[in-house]
Amino acid sequence: MMDFTSEQIERYSRHILLQDIGVEGQEKINRGKVLVIGAGGLGAPVLLYLAAAGVGTLGIIDGDVVDLSNLQRQVIHSTPDVGKPKVLSAKEKIEQINPDVNVIPYHDFFTAENAFDLIKDYDFIIDGTDNFPVKFLINDACVLAGKPFSHGGILRFDGQTLTYLPGKACYRCVFHGPPPPNAVPTCSQAGVLGAIAGMLGTIQAAEALKFLTGTGELLTDRLLTFDAKKMNFRTVNVKRNSKCPVCGEHPTIHELVEAPQAACELKPRQ
Amino acid sequence: MSKIKVNDEEQEVNLPLILSGLIRLNNVIQPDMVSVQINGEFINREDFDTTVINDGDEVDFLYFMGGGK
Repeated sequence: MMDFTSEQIERYSRHILLQDIGVEGQEKINRGKVLVIGAGGLGAPVLLYLAAAGVGTLGIIDGDVVDLSNLQRQVIHSTPDVGKPKVLSAKEKIEQINPDVNVIPYHDFFTAENAFDLIKDYDFIIDGTDNFPVKFLINDACVLAGKPFSHGGILRFDGQTLTYLPGKACYRCVFHGPPPPNAVPTCSQAGVLGAIAGMLGTIQAAEALKFLTGTGELLTDRLLTFDAKKMNFRTVNVKRNSKCPVCGEHPTIHELVEAPQAACELKPRQ
Repeated sequence: MSKIKVNDEEQEVNLPLILSGLIRLNNVIQPDMVSVQINGEFINREDFDTTVINDGDEVDFLYFMGGGK
């Protein structure tokens, strides 16, 4: 049992008022540990809302620095942050929003080598990355380690998200494996409406808070997709695929391997 | 004409029809990249040419979205 100060009770009062959350749920949030992979378009709203919600530990992994072209959607970074490691820029903002949050920055990329080590201490993982090899790597690492995570993808005016819990459908159940490099455009190639990142990221943040507090029904065995041009939302029921290469009946993936990235997406390791 | 549903929207199609034909009818931009579910079951890509569409089928076309940063 945590003892909230009167300031904390005031800060979190709108959560505490919620019948499904209350003081008990808020305590779970304050004890929660969430790892956000990528402090960009999706990571920005996820981090802002999880920080404001009081998630006790927020891990952030991102090897990039803030670029001017990021600011159209990556709302956790500001103009003076250009050139700064994203994890540090994000950490500064989070500390201003909520001193209750312990931020652990990893100025690195998420790789097959560091994946298990990074996720092991966290309750929930959020995919806020921008390429398929890493999205599949996050899926495989979380499935093999039995860690819940939220998949998120955006492109142009569209978004999609699915929450994984052990025993439920995983990203590979739906999308067998990464498309060949350059077969499907990324946001840096095809563009994305900035607000789409906010729409999808806030759904992911809500899923993390629902998971931590045990509230409602998670987006498991359902893929939520939306088309913001028509502002049409759809959830597609998906179930575990017996032929899934990582969680199916005869899995072929037993260890982590990174698929090749599109040439234009390759970034120097810092 | 037979009625099926594609991504929750009703479509009228002439049977017999195979899945790869339905993909063409729907002008899917990258047929090699679409994930397909029929009545809640995923169809292997190798089976797109042999999977028969039946009256009343509910078909989902799901697309890759790789962005996030």
